[in-house]
Amino acid sequence: MVKIKRENLAELYKLISAEKSLFVPAKKAGQTNYALYGADTEVDLDTLKTVKSAKELFFPQSETLYNVKTVDNKYTVTQAELQNEEFVVFGIRGCDLKGIEVLDKVFLSDPVDSFYKARRENGITVALSCNEPEESCFCTVFGVDPADAKGDITATLCGEYLYMKANTEKGEKLLSDCASLTEAADESEVADEKAKIAEILKKLPYANLSLEGWDGTVTEEKFNSPVWEELYKPCLACGTCTFVCPTCQCYDIKDYKTANGIQKYRCWDSCMYSDFTMMAHGNNRTSQLQRFRQRFMHKLVYFPANNDGMYSCVGCGRCVDKCPASANIIKVIKAFSKEVD
Amino acid sequence: MQEIISRLEQLFAEGKINRVLGWKKGDLAYNPEVSYFESAEALKDFVYDGFCGANLSKYMIQGSALEGVTAILLKPCDTYSFNQLIKEHRVDREKVYIIGIGCKGKLNIETIKAMGIKGITGIKGAEIDCACDELTVETLYGDKKVAYKDAMLERCHVCKGKEHMIYDELLLESADTLDGDRFAGVDAIEALSPEEKFEFFRKELSKCIRCNACRNVCPACSCRKCVFDSNKFDSEQKANVDPFNESMFHIIRAFHVAGRCTDCGECSRVCPQGIPLHLFNRKFIKDINEYYGDFIAGENAEEKGPLTNFTLDDMEASERR
Repeated sequence: MVKIKRENLAELYKLISAEKSLFVPAKKAGQTNYALYGADTEVDLDTLKTVKSAKELFFPQSETLYNVKTVDNKYTVTQAELQNEEFVVFGIRGCDLKGIEVLDKVFLSDPVDSFYKARRENGITVALSCNEPEESCFCTVFGVDPADAKGDITATLCGEYLYMKANTEKGEKLLSDCASLTEAADESEVADEKAKIAEILKKLPYANLSLEGWDGTVTEEKFNSPVWEELYKPCLACGTCTFVCPTCQCYDIKDYKTANGIQKYRCWDSCMYSDFTMMAHGNNRTSQLQRFRQRFMHKLVYFPANNDGMYSCVGCGRCVDKCPASANIIKVIKAFSKEVD
Repeated sequence: MQEIISRLEQLFAEGKINRVLGWKKGDLAYNPEVSYFESAEALKDFVYDGFCGANLSKYMIQGSALEGVTAILLKPCDTYSFNQLIKEHRVDREKVYIIGIGCKGKLNIETIKAMGIKGITGIKGAEIDCACDELTVETLYGDKKVAYKDAMLERCHVCKGKEHMIYDELLLESADTLDGDRFAGVDAIEALSPEEKFEFFRKELSKCIRCNACRNVCPACSCRKCVFDSNKFDSEQKANVDPFNESMFHIIRAFHVAGRCTDCGECSRVCPQGIPLHLFNRKFIKDINEYYGDFIAGENAEEKGPLTNFTLDDMEASERR
């Protein structure tokens, strides 16, 4: 384990970014989101949750897949370049890291998504412990330890220092590249901070949320429940929950017409939108109740059914913070446990 | 709050209403949700406090399709939106019983969190019956005191007033919350150079994630199918690549609601990226006031708006008053 003084972090960012693309939580116009580090980036490690999750660094909201160009009535198709250089994601939290595990299940299983795979292979994650978990956090319910998130490097802010420990070869390499700025440290130095975080986690309002009754076997029972009828009503049918979610992985593929061809691109889609999974025959979900139900059934029933019981929620609580109608996955889970009582 | 519940129970008992459109207690101190209460018994979960900022007017578009009469709770500013929806034939006046409720300013949890307050486990002082001018925010990291005014939504600082523009009956008193200049934000932008304006809007709008929360919450955005949801033309409505697209979306939307926007402020309240979207609408409102005389959309449900009415006194497009 090594440590670096907080006041020297700017030096660390400079050093890393001289060699690799470095993505950091950055404050812009009052909000913190991941951004490429540059000379005038305002790095913000104090905000617990970026508005959009770190998902976008591996699975961008929009990306070009290939270009088609017409010259003299002949088409040329060029695939968009895959990520081929290492990049660093600094400050990713435990929940977002778990979100990537969920995405891996989707994009790295057959047929493998080459765009995603290239980013995963080239991405180096420096995971930051959550010193002050917030009331909307419930990652522990999904087995995340926010005090010890296993990225390629685990980083912990404690006192005047940022402590870093490598968990993988990639992590060790990055730490050795930065050795000129760090000094040796002992794990015992962060033990108190970790114990303090563990105590706070127990006091979080959702710490004891029970997922009993949610697994891949309850499709019929949950799907047909009358509870959805009431739950969906406040929903505005916007895409906020899906776009801030670290695990929502649905996308749309579209054409952008250029002067002499098209750009085939994909962009995040939202099951809350009326054109979601629109096909030639029409749409298979025609009401907001159906769309709302789809989102939570996917996270808590369909996904575990297809992925050895893994839920596609990681408890980051962004939907709790951001849903403009205050409808969220916690309320869904709680509403069903009331029904059982 | 008990006063509201008692009155609603009475209306149920008298058979005057079939349901109530109001707010249901959340599971955190600040997250009540919009809810239909189908019986007097269901009102046990009813809440009306400082965090009930949601404007219920637009929910009555769906509510108008339900059987019987829905009692709707409207704050003074919400009634402007409701009038506008009546004018546009989007809600059915016959199917709604409007209870105009008092308001002492609504709170913005994002404003409280932006003060660095985190781990919120309780908030005291947001109750509608509480005359206090200070909130006690209980957190995992100790109690914090916040002046009620400092935690209010922007729109409450420029409150349109305590009068309800439409109602069947009134309940509870309102408080004066106006302490700001409604057009100060617009004036400040108008004073910028073109380059600075461009920079300001690019910076703000580049945060947009195309979630459509602003559009979907907007009572003036009541088209059955938005042009941006059309699959008949390419609008890249979900692609978030170029601030130009995001800017176009917001500018087109602002044009579309010009003259109909009541400045209810819901767009800015719901934006997950904190974009001050109300500034676009206020610019239009300011210009309309200048060009056609003072006008407030939703003051009544009958009068034609300045952009849908022609008079011989109208200014020429090229002149500026």
